[in-house]
Amino acid sequence: MHSSVVQAINDHQEQLVSKWKEEMARVQEEYFKNSLPDDLVFTNNEEFIDVLYSSVRLERSEAEGKIKHFAERLIQTDWPLSYFTQGMQAFRRIVTACIVPYINNAEEDSVRLSVEVEEWVDAIVNQLVDDYSDSWIKTLELQQMALNELSAPLIPVFEKVSVMPLIGAIDTERAKLIMENLLDGIIQHRSQVVLIDITGVPVVDTMVANHIIQASKAVRLVGAECILVGIRPEIAQTIVNLGIDLSTFPTKSSLRKGIESALELTQRKMVQVENGAEWRA
Amino acid sequence: MSIQSSVEVQTEWGIVSARQAGRNLAKEIGFGGVDQARITTAISELARNIYLYAEKGEIVIEAVEETRGTQKKKGIKITAKDRGPGIKNIREVMEDGYTTSGGLGAGLPGVRRLMDDFDVDSVMEEGTTITAIKWLR
Repeated sequence: MHSSVVQAINDHQEQLVSKWKEEMARVQEEYFKNSLPDDLVFTNNEEFIDVLYSSVRLERSEAEGKIKHFAERLIQTDWPLSYFTQGMQAFRRIVTACIVPYINNAEEDSVRLSVEVEEWVDAIVNQLVDDYSDSWIKTLELQQMALNELSAPLIPVFEKVSVMPLIGAIDTERAKLIMENLLDGIIQHRSQVVLIDITGVPVVDTMVANHIIQASKAVRLVGAECILVGIRPEIAQTIVNLGIDLSTFPTKSSLRKGIESALELTQRKMVQVENGAEWRA
Repeated sequence: MSIQSSVEVQTEWGIVSARQAGRNLAKEIGFGGVDQARITTAISELARNIYLYAEKGEIVIEAVEETRGTQKKKGIKITAKDRGPGIKNIREVMEDGYTTSGGLGAGLPGVRRLMDDFDVDSVMEEGTTITAIKWLR
């Protein structure tokens, strides 16, 4: 930035800062309806103006580091991004209004000066927006990853018997995962029977039904059997209303009944043991 | 009654939020569990059709009232609007098992059975509007 601008910004520090704080108090009142805690506003304002001023004095890379550090701290406390963008805009307005007339002598072109101030402010705004959006993208990616991990687990419960409990809405992405995890899991755990539990699926429409039918066909191709369990009464009625034919598809009302028939299919059953007999044996 | 909500459907998340809005309003109007499931499933089908065939559109969900003689009845009305390619042959689409996307072909005929009133208005190259109402008994 031009040295005369830097000089002017530094010379008028007190005046600029107090005007800026007045402006920010207005932003807090009008834009945020005083929703931000006053003590935090105070400390953040102090640091904000400090960061702004240091960006004038410091080398570019050093200033960027300082802004980044400041942004990171505030992202963690969920401080609104619009507070910064409003703050930067306020600062630009004040600086342009105060400084340009001051150094507006014959040699200096006032338009060029305001362009310089604008470029300086814009660079900081861009960096703040980038830092914020990077952190949002990172959070989203992590949540997506967590969601995918929870999305379609195949749990081996007995030898040759596995359960896939499904909870929440099923979209195309998830349907693909269900199919992959089913087939991979069946091979890995040598399952003969898989129970798909849809107790936690809120809506079974034709797409969901279609995916389940496809998955069970694929399961049959790798030599296992699929049983659909956890069909709630209202889901049963909507499936019939929709006209989806699940008659060739083994279904059971509850996971418990499903496990019983899975054991039957693998020539086993659960029996009640004599009182304490198994401990002596 | 003027409770009305409109949900933009452009991604699969739009389908989920349309469904959610429908379930909430159905609950508010006083529909039981089975009818709530029917209404949300119908919304799901209509929203998915928008997503699959028209790419974007909107689902409007509103509470409606009708007075017939001394009897007043309440209901929920779902309107699915899009400016997609339109439906070429409505009669075929309303037949069970007809599909152009490899699905089950039960969507629209299914919605008709899930709801009480059902109406399709489609103009080729201009778009489709489907309205469906479920009355509270």
